[in-house]
Amino acid sequence: MSLLSKIKETWICLKAGKVTLPYPAKPQPAPERFRGRPIFDASKCIGCAGCANNCPAREILVFDVCQEIRILKYLGRRCTYCGRCADLCPEKAITMSKDYETATNNIADLQQRLELFMSTCQRCGRCFKEPTPLEQLKLKGYRFDDLENDRWIFKSKSYFDQFKVTDDIHIELD
Amino acid sequence: MFRKLFLKFFPRSLWVYHANSGGCNGCDIEVLNVLTPYYDAERFGIKLVASPRHADVMLCQGPAMRSTAAALKRAYEAMPSPKIVFAIGSCACGGGIWHDTYNVIGPVEKIIPVNFYIPGCPPRPEAIIYGVALAMGLVDKKVLPSSLKQEELPIPRYHPEDLEMQGDMLVYKKLEKI
Repeated sequence: MSLLSKIKETWICLKAGKVTLPYPAKPQPAPERFRGRPIFDASKCIGCAGCANNCPAREILVFDVCQEIRILKYLGRRCTYCGRCADLCPEKAITMSKDYETATNNIADLQQRLELFMSTCQRCGRCFKEPTPLEQLKLKGYRFDDLENDRWIFKSKSYFDQFKVTDDIHIELD
Repeated sequence: MFRKLFLKFFPRSLWVYHANSGGCNGCDIEVLNVLTPYYDAERFGIKLVASPRHADVMLCQGPAMRSTAAALKRAYEAMPSPKIVFAIGSCACGGGIWHDTYNVIGPVEKIIPVNFYIPGCPPRPEAIIYGVALAMGLVDKKVLPSSLKQEELPIPRYHPEDLEMQGDMLVYKKLEKI
């Protein structure tokens, strides 16, 4: 009886076959509608910063270097791949790729940095107040984030200097 | 080079301790999913142990929080050296979407040194296997930081004092390039 159960168990195991995926040797494609790392397209981006203002993780930073150049920096470290930026982008410059093999030993490898050209008014030479709120985001000084420390700052830099936000958390570790 | 170092320090099986310091258990489920026969991490010699004193590798999930930071630090110090730390999930890599809440300190690298990062919310089981295989030197790294420029200098700049009416048209007299 014991031998019979062993034979039966062997037959069950042989019938099941091999189920383990040969993953690191062979590539394993992601399923349909999988959202991976967002890819930013600099040629399509108009620099409205709608993605930066709607990111739940606050990890798309905007910095205005001068009147015409705006830097958009995607950190990628705390991105939850929710896809709100790609959903909101009016020019469809952000695509959610199916790339999940993003393991790295340096977290700065996930950053994407765009230098965008912002158009100005041809009469006065400045950015002008636009009729819609989305177009008002193109104005200079709306976002002035801390690119060195990868910090998202809602207010301007003077506000940041007055009320120091960094190093506000101190915890005792034994 | 890193593969040689890794094989020198960890020539045999990796014993894994998995530490959750306040995550949502999503990454826990994916890590346990890696140990099922479908993904079968034991073919790499990876075994889950219950105590950090037995472990070579620490899998950190969840952000470093005020209530668990000291315990996470103690668990890291209890591991025998050489030790290697993986940060799994976007909470452990960067603090998650609640990175600026009052009880969240931030990523776990503020408390303990982290060697490898596996972003994702949660990462796929294949992504975790890829991270371990990257640490073992079986696969190559696929991500690099990218920097894209939209426009090249010089940029035309317009001055309102150079506007001139010619007939019924506004004409710019000069166009300065910066």
